[in-house]
Amino acid sequence: MECVFGLVGKGFAIVAADTSAVNSILVHKSNEDKVMVLDSHKLLGASGEPGDRVQFTEYIQKNVHLYQFRNGIPLTTAATANFTRGELATALRKNPYSVNILLAGYDKGVGPSMYYIDYIATMHKIEKGAFGYGSYFCLSMMDRLYHPDMSIEEAIELIDKCIIEIRTRLVVAPPNFVIKIVDQDGAREYAWRESIKSPDVSMA
Amino acid sequence: MLLLLFRLSFLSFFPSLSLSQHFAPTGTKPHQRISVSLNFKQRKQREEKRRMMMKLDTSGLESFSAAVPSAMAAAEDQLFAPPSFDLPAGCADFDKFQMEAKQTLKHAKGTTTLAFIFNQGVIVAADSRASMGGYISSQSVKKIIEINPYMLGTMAGGAADCQFWHRNLGIKCRLHELANKRRISVTGASKLLANILYSYRGMGLSIGTMIAGWDEKGPGLYYVDSEGGRLKGNRFSVGSGSPYAYGVLDNGYRPDMTVDEAHELARRAIYHATFRDGASGGVVSVYHVGPNGWKKLSGDDVSELHYKYYPVQPTPVEHEMVDAPPA
Repeated sequence: MECVFGLVGKGFAIVAADTSAVNSILVHKSNEDKVMVLDSHKLLGASGEPGDRVQFTEYIQKNVHLYQFRNGIPLTTAATANFTRGELATALRKNPYSVNILLAGYDKGVGPSMYYIDYIATMHKIEKGAFGYGSYFCLSMMDRLYHPDMSIEEAIELIDKCIIEIRTRLVVAPPNFVIKIVDQDGAREYAWRESIKSPDVSMA
Repeated sequence: MLLLLFRLSFLSFFPSLSLSQHFAPTGTKPHQRISVSLNFKQRKQREEKRRMMMKLDTSGLESFSAAVPSAMAAAEDQLFAPPSFDLPAGCADFDKFQMEAKQTLKHAKGTTTLAFIFNQGVIVAADSRASMGGYISSQSVKKIIEINPYMLGTMAGGAADCQFWHRNLGIKCRLHELANKRRISVTGASKLLANILYSYRGMGLSIGTMIAGWDEKGPGLYYVDSEGGRLKGNRFSVGSGSPYAYGVLDNGYRPDMTVDEAHELARRAIYHATFRDGASGGVVSVYHVGPNGWKKLSGDDVSELHYKYYPVQPTPVEHEMVDAPPA
């Protein structure tokens, strides 16, 4: 089952997601990147049905870029979150998207922020959150161990603890995770946590 | 005349009601006329009166049949009723009907197809059995579709869906070539197909396909299905026999295989899947996609392959049967 979780620290926000693409009992892929870089300072971690996830997040990404092309300035994280929620809400009563989203961003002056957006267009601004079966284990852990203004090392330690807990306790635990971070220097990949490495092909 | 008199006497019975209420149009809501709030019992009484009054008010307008016994009335209704017909089956609830139709047509993806990228390109292999439930309808289905000379697609799910949409994809790829004076990439082709399939989501298409090809960036392999999913990867197997094929494929795979080794691995993986999966069988076809396009490597019957891999051993006889000696 897909796990996406994240937290806000001192001057940064982290989003981690599992990387397996699964179809009933088959694992098609163990290195599928589910945290999309929306623009220079925004991350969108999404979990849900494969077609919906890719199509919806790409749609949001293209619209965020379009706004920047048209207006010359990027959208704020709050505006992006509200736009995303609005799109989910509009589609909800016709053909809903089954995607759960954690949107994290850094805005100059405001600092880091994270938004929890449900598949039925619930939106909350949060400091820590999680989706999927992994959330059953992560949320309480984050409640216990999180404190505001964590440093990067403390935050990564907490993320790792959550990953270990998911691997230990979840029956169909995903083996690999990707961790991405966004701070004043931008949104980028921070690390992969792999317990199964697929053989890489060297292109001739 | 008598009816009128009855009505007048009824009116006189309730002098408290003002005249305007009696002759108010029947469509007006009660709360619009009465501004004073009444308690429940009074409101109930008022409602009953209004109902009775309405009945009485329209008694003069009722048709002749209402005044006669009900049996006659029923017969009259049938004679004078407008012509009607039963709604066709399934029309009462269109959503449920569509769901049921989709379920009947839903065949599990009874097949085994696989494809993998290695240093020398892409190998694509598939079986050739088509089944409808427990009946094998064909042992010679072409499940590897040649989209264009450098791209292949595999078929799993609905045969018609796969054939049509791959042909459609081939058309779109050709149009792209003509419009842009260069070949379309495997990424682009798979995205075209994935977007088309996504727009038909929920309408009953059943397609589990892999798009394999060689473009400017080298070998490319994408898995696309009718749920709207699209995955980029190095190794995929699709169909009911895919777990069996994965078992053999994952164990024997090395990125630095030769073409012959990769060919044999693919053939072996499909063979083992056809051995264990009832919905897969027939002929194993193996293709290789290199920098100059695809080439069909082999097409072997799986039953012949079985005896090639596992030749018949003479079994030692435990007890020899001899004729009983004549008495």
